[in-house]
Amino acid sequence: MSSRRSRSRQSASSGISDDQIIELVSRLQQLLPELRHRRSDKVSASKVLQETCNYIRSLHREVDDLSERLSELLATSDTAQAAIIRNLLM
Amino acid sequence: MMSSLVANPVASSDRSRDSRRKKKKKAQVQSRAQESTQPSYAKWKSESQQQIYSSKLVQALSQVRLGDMAAPPRGRAVREAADRALAYAAKGRTRWSRAILTNRIKLSRFRKQRRQRSASAMAALTGSSRSKKPRVSVHRLKGKSLPAVQKKVKVLGRLVPGCRKEPLPVILDEATDYIAALEMQVRAMSALARLLSGDGSSSSSVSELPPSG
Repeated sequence: MSSRRSRSRQSASSGISDDQIIELVSRLQQLLPELRHRRSDKVSASKVLQETCNYIRSLHREVDDLSERLSELLATSDTAQAAIIRNLLM
Repeated sequence: MMSSLVANPVASSDRSRDSRRKKKKKAQVQSRAQESTQPSYAKWKSESQQQIYSSKLVQALSQVRLGDMAAPPRGRAVREAADRALAYAAKGRTRWSRAILTNRIKLSRFRKQRRQRSASAMAALTGSSRSKKPRVSVHRLKGKSLPAVQKKVKVLGRLVPGCRKEPLPVILDEATDYIAALEMQVRAMSALARLLSGDGSSSSSVSELPPSG
């Protein structure tokens, strides 16, 4: 077992078990809206990975759209409303 | 326990030292979401986290001179501000957040300094953050060594910032946190957009933010 301090986490890589991978995958599965209600033994790792990629991409798109919207809203009202929001939120 | 920060097999003779070390380890292991009761990415669901993020976001946005910009770069500027605020909110505990923050700094020299500093600070938490990591062979994993799976892992590694060259378990871990953070980002930005577009009632307070989870 590697005992190098700097690789405390990576040292586990030589000893990373399938179980740990399985757990990581099922943890990820719980987050995915498409797959979270399916039993983990019925969903393949490949499917989870695919859904993860799709989900991240759709989240990115959503953030981009929201950014566009926010940029329009903020540009038109300029700093006045931003200040109002700031007061509301703090 | 694989989380041996100080691999010191002979020190176990001293029980009290050991227990103290265990306590320290425990606190750090918790933040790595390995055996904690509450996974570290769950913090992205909390309302307080969302509020913290929202106020950071608003601050960042009000500093960007959006009124002076043309339309195309504007959305981009908002997106970058939102991502930066998100990365700050992560408190540097994840690779994706560090990658977002270091990407901003164009000077490569600065980037190296950042890496070294964060390496020493984060070494205890996340192990080596140097770029020259030994690559874990994904081939070792039975059943997960299929080329289809490997390809998807690569794609995923490209989607999550800072994870291009990371081994499978790291990518999975980072992706989990990243997704939870992105969801919070979407919630916060939607709420902000609603507020700004005057959708909610004028008496809307912060509690108008959508209930999380």
